[in-house]
Amino acid sequence: MSAVTVYVPCDAAALSIGAEEVAAAISKECSARGIELKLIRNGSRGACWLEPLVEVVTPQGRVAYGPVTAADVPSLFAADFLNGKGHQLFLGPTAEIPWFASQQRLTFARVGIVDPASVADFVANGGYQGLRRALSMTPKEIVQAVLDSGLRGRGGAAFPTGIKWKTVLDQAVEQKYVTCNADEGDSGTFSDRMLMEGDPLCLIEGMTIAGIAVGATQGYIYLRAEYPHSFRALNSAIAAAYQARYLGSDVLGSGKRFDLEVRLGAGAYVCGEETSMLQSLEGKRGEVRVRPPLPAINGLFMKPTIVNNVMTFASVPTIIHQGAEFYKNFGMGRSRGTLPLQLAGNIKRGGLIERAFGVSLRELLYDYGGGSATGRPIRAVQVGGPLGAFIPASQFDVLIDYEALTAIGALLGHGGIVAFDDTVDMARMARYAMEFCAVESCGKCTPCRIGSTRGVEVIDKIMNGIDSERNLALLENLCDTMVVGSLCGLGGMTPFPVQSAIKHFRDDFRAKAPLKRAG
Amino acid sequence: MLPEDCETVRRIVADMKDRPGPLIEVLHSVQAALGYVPPDAVPIVADALNLSRAEVHGVVTFYHFFRETPPGKHTVQICRAEACQSMGADALVEHAKKRLGVDFHETTRDGVFSLEQVFCLGNCACSPAAMIDGRLYGRVSPERFDELVAEKKS
Repeated sequence: MSAVTVYVPCDAAALSIGAEEVAAAISKECSARGIELKLIRNGSRGACWLEPLVEVVTPQGRVAYGPVTAADVPSLFAADFLNGKGHQLFLGPTAEIPWFASQQRLTFARVGIVDPASVADFVANGGYQGLRRALSMTPKEIVQAVLDSGLRGRGGAAFPTGIKWKTVLDQAVEQKYVTCNADEGDSGTFSDRMLMEGDPLCLIEGMTIAGIAVGATQGYIYLRAEYPHSFRALNSAIAAAYQARYLGSDVLGSGKRFDLEVRLGAGAYVCGEETSMLQSLEGKRGEVRVRPPLPAINGLFMKPTIVNNVMTFASVPTIIHQGAEFYKNFGMGRSRGTLPLQLAGNIKRGGLIERAFGVSLRELLYDYGGGSATGRPIRAVQVGGPLGAFIPASQFDVLIDYEALTAIGALLGHGGIVAFDDTVDMARMARYAMEFCAVESCGKCTPCRIGSTRGVEVIDKIMNGIDSERNLALLENLCDTMVVGSLCGLGGMTPFPVQSAIKHFRDDFRAKAPLKRAG
Repeated sequence: MLPEDCETVRRIVADMKDRPGPLIEVLHSVQAALGYVPPDAVPIVADALNLSRAEVHGVVTFYHFFRETPPGKHTVQICRAEACQSMGADALVEHAKKRLGVDFHETTRDGVFSLEQVFCLGNCACSPAAMIDGRLYGRVSPERFDELVAEKKS
């Protein structure tokens, strides 16, 4: 009998709820039964609610079971799951599960499908087609394709990627850099992590194309220290790419050099801001730099530098391989292509959903998400991380599009969506936003450094019923100061969740247990 | 700092000093080797990298990840960010503090656990999340937390 192929994810989220134990149990059961097993540790397909999701390769394709615990393994064997037979955890052919089938996966096309450590598997599934094509193009043509695709920075700022690349290309300087911002610190976001663990070569390919396009020979991935699994996955993928000559002094025999290295952050949220990230890459305190000069002109070690998010780089191979038109045909308005959205928090079916821009928040929350995990009504969602506005239920019909969200005073950011049920206290959430900013402020500018601490104090007064109305006015005033007076997005956007909480949930800003005023 | 620890720091910094922008890499290696960045390591690193002590101290204290005191045998990080809050992280934090008898940034008296807060572990669809010694855990109820602590203690 030939070996049976079984997939058990090695994605950090799957591991966090028992995937390792499931993999061990399957191996043990197979050896006890004398079955030859080929166990592949893939990334996660993104349905965190089905993890650990076990797949078996059958003549009809991959068949899924989930969520599987180690305790379920004996009964799976008893039900002959290795031949794709029925079981209470049987989900059918993986690709036909509606939650996956309705997605439009370009960036995440291979995540959960391939063995992340295998260059051969990557290439067999369309990997490195973009780089091959790029090597037959001129740098100008590559940059033009990125421009034409309409790709905008996926880190949150949504700046047109092609313009950044063109600026770097236009600098007549010998040493340039390509840096990847993998400091994915926004709560509710994990797409970077999933891609780095599930298809790291896709990021490596995107960065290599960027290097070829602008004439940079050195790339750095700035990875947050909270992602040890990603660190290992990236390092083994980089080693494999070097070995297969996709990285190094002679990329694919083109005579062009591109070296890549991962640098670890050290637990500072502000280092997700691009100038702060560059400071940190240089080994310094992650204090924000004043712009201009732009990083594209004076970036890392004061050399022209591309700074893009993981998702931005990971979108590039598709754009170069399939063409700018192909990519541009997805999306709406000025938001072109697809966005890997992350459904998180108090949600029944959380995970990663890649769709073209234009899907509604409601569809994500209810059709994919199935409502709250607790079964209570969803009262608010925060889109775009800790600096994103809270959106009330009355606005759930908003479409996922940079401009549509801006129009209702919210922002899309990195595409993280965190749901809260009706037990949430929005004054507490506002207080947390200020507290978080106080902890994470780099301290360089006063509105952020001091404003955030004052914000916590003022909200405490409001919650304790001390001059609530006056203090609420003071809080709104403080928010304005921070928005207009801060150097970077941390101080400048921390007020967004606070202001939106006041605007949509003003009743929460009342004394919880009114204090008696002294004297 | 013990003489052998000084030697470790010297060796690390000598190995890495020619890399571009090496300070944070050096500090990571020192912490990986010794468990923390001892204040006595600062002048050694500063000297080797031709930086002032203030610059090195400034970097050590800027980043939450670097610690200046020895950690407990196990480091427990609990996520306090929004997605985890929506699934009861605040209650988990209270429970953990009570169970271990320490506040954040403290180590239990027996030296077994250090408790730290963290803002997002990227496990937001399996909230609340915690990490123990670099291993990630999802859907950590107070009961699950007690099990994990008991496992580590035994």
